[in-house]
Amino acid sequence: MAGNNDSPLPVRTGFLGWLNKRLPVDVFVRNQLTGYYAPKNFNFWYFFGSLALLVLVMQLLTGVFLTMHYKVGELTAFDSVEYIMREVPYGWLLRYLHSTGASAFFIVVYLHMFRAMLYGSYKSPRELLWLFGMVIYLALMAEAFMGYVLPWGNMSFWGAQVIVNLFGTIPVIGPGLVEWIRGDYGIADATLNRFFSLHVVAVPLVLLLLVTLHLVALHESGSNNPDGVEIKEKKDAKGNPLDGIPFHPYYTVKDIVGVGVFLTLFCAVVFFMPTFGGIFLEKPNFEIANPMSTPEHIAPVWYFTPFYAILRAVPDQQMGALLMALSLVCFFLLPWLDRSPVKSTRYRGWIWKSALTIFVISFIGLGYLGLEPPSGLYTMLARIFSVTYFAFFVLMPWYSKIDPVKPVPERVTNDHG
Amino acid sequence: MVESLMHRNPLGRTAGRLAMVGASLALGVVLLCSPAVRAAETAAAGEAEHAVEWKSWKAGNSIADTASLQRGAANFTNYCLGCHSLKYLRYERLGKDLNISPELLRKNLMPAAAKPTDYILSSFPKADGEAWFGRSPPDLSLITRSKGTDYVYQFLKTFYVDDSRPTHSNNLALEGAAMPAVLSDLEGVKRAVFSSATGGEGKMLERFEQVAPGQLTAAQYDAFVRDTANFLQYVGEPTQVEREGLGIWVVLFLLVFTWFAWLLKREYWKDVH
Repeated sequence: MAGNNDSPLPVRTGFLGWLNKRLPVDVFVRNQLTGYYAPKNFNFWYFFGSLALLVLVMQLLTGVFLTMHYKVGELTAFDSVEYIMREVPYGWLLRYLHSTGASAFFIVVYLHMFRAMLYGSYKSPRELLWLFGMVIYLALMAEAFMGYVLPWGNMSFWGAQVIVNLFGTIPVIGPGLVEWIRGDYGIADATLNRFFSLHVVAVPLVLLLLVTLHLVALHESGSNNPDGVEIKEKKDAKGNPLDGIPFHPYYTVKDIVGVGVFLTLFCAVVFFMPTFGGIFLEKPNFEIANPMSTPEHIAPVWYFTPFYAILRAVPDQQMGALLMALSLVCFFLLPWLDRSPVKSTRYRGWIWKSALTIFVISFIGLGYLGLEPPSGLYTMLARIFSVTYFAFFVLMPWYSKIDPVKPVPERVTNDHG
Repeated sequence: MVESLMHRNPLGRTAGRLAMVGASLALGVVLLCSPAVRAAETAAAGEAEHAVEWKSWKAGNSIADTASLQRGAANFTNYCLGCHSLKYLRYERLGKDLNISPELLRKNLMPAAAKPTDYILSSFPKADGEAWFGRSPPDLSLITRSKGTDYVYQFLKTFYVDDSRPTHSNNLALEGAAMPAVLSDLEGVKRAVFSSATGGEGKMLERFEQVAPGQLTAAQYDAFVRDTANFLQYVGEPTQVEREGLGIWVVLFLLVFTWFAWLLKREYWKDVH
């Protein structure tokens, strides 16, 4: 792994000596933290990996305590959430931390993914790292969707109806598949029970495994950096990267600052605007699931809306579902679509910079449109943004190749702001 | 060579900022579009300036105003509890949160047979509601969370005479409301005068006309509705006052924590060049 792993281990006696003979604690700390070298020029965008880990742990912890009080079942779920909000000591805090945490998770993950696109972190030798990350993202979407159904509010119910029905557009197996997912002919008690099981047991286990793989892959190739320079190519006499610094203590103390800033903003939302104006917790979800009453305007939670807008932009539902699936597949192909010899946007040309800017505008634009009821102008905008969204990926092999790149420095530039 | 590249880097660094500018631009474009769309819709509806904009009425309540919450609790007990329950709230909790002593609570707000730990349930039979109104009166525990406090305020202020309805009354906020104008004793009876121009969103209210006076003046009734809406906002989330009170300390602690963390980081990074 990265760094100099021949550096001496501390001499241990007593209990720690006993322990290290049986469990390689010191070796692990040296290999993964004190002897793991990260580029010294990380900037603002490099906070979001550690923050994603923080939010994951927070979701697991608050989730454990929520599970102690939540009562799965179509007759009990909604009431038990109100019971948590009102009668469980600090239950309201647990619930708001968990519901705000879901949105925070996606904010952090989207910024983390954007960082990878900004600095070409998905490019060789980090393709597998990127793929693990993308599978984490998919698992996170599944986790969030099923968690969203658990309070059994009316939007939970109808959102589940819409999303599960998307699988019905798959030719031949679609209708049977939908029934298999629901466990009933409609979204019902059986669906709620299995979503609970998947949300609380199965998907978190998968997420933990994937995050571990993501980190192992990261520590194997080492972090990329804002300059897109491989720091391992220039080493000192001891074999440590000249532009690297030990992850601990330098990045642990730096990441703690990031944690402080993040938690300040996060808690401001949790304590002062937990519904975030109906975006994090939607108004119709304060009514119990009712198959006889459709909410005025069904929209998924904000983090799914870019894809939902693509779905709605296509007149044909089957085609729309296919394009929505493809819009996710595109991300997986990124390492092979990008033919630029340069990783970082800093040393790429105007073509790439324009393409990336247009993509960000499209993604955020689609996200906004997906929240709003469709109208003539909005549908047209959603179509334009869908085209630019796909153009970013489809045309990439071509424009990334002809993009006038600048020379990349041999060493990282001294910017660790 | 490295030297000359160092000079070029500030240019390269703008890439990140560029993308951020792009992001804000995107938000700007869509946000700019939405008022434009709404303005176009309003223009199409026409005569908007003559209409009573009851949809933009605000309750103007304050959840920190305990006296208002107490009055609202009394209003609810006297005028709403006959039909509507608050099934997630216990009398005891109500007394504690609203600073009402157990004696006063028992004397003024609780039915004789109720225990302090009972939930606030109406004795109105569900079947009667379905027979008389077509549906049983809904539980109001979460009405301000699902519809908003302003909605409750607007709903209670926009009842009007409508002889085409079985209840002889209708409501602007909830067209065809099953609930009769039960507060007309207080508010009086109003007739709604609609403008002849039909807008895009149905009937446009030109003005209300008082047909019969009520026990309260317009200002008194307004205060009555505000207190009641305020109380229902409390019921929607009884912990909201506690939540904001605790939040101030949490955020202050985190600001101090972040400052110390930053000092620590600066100290460690002194030897990174």
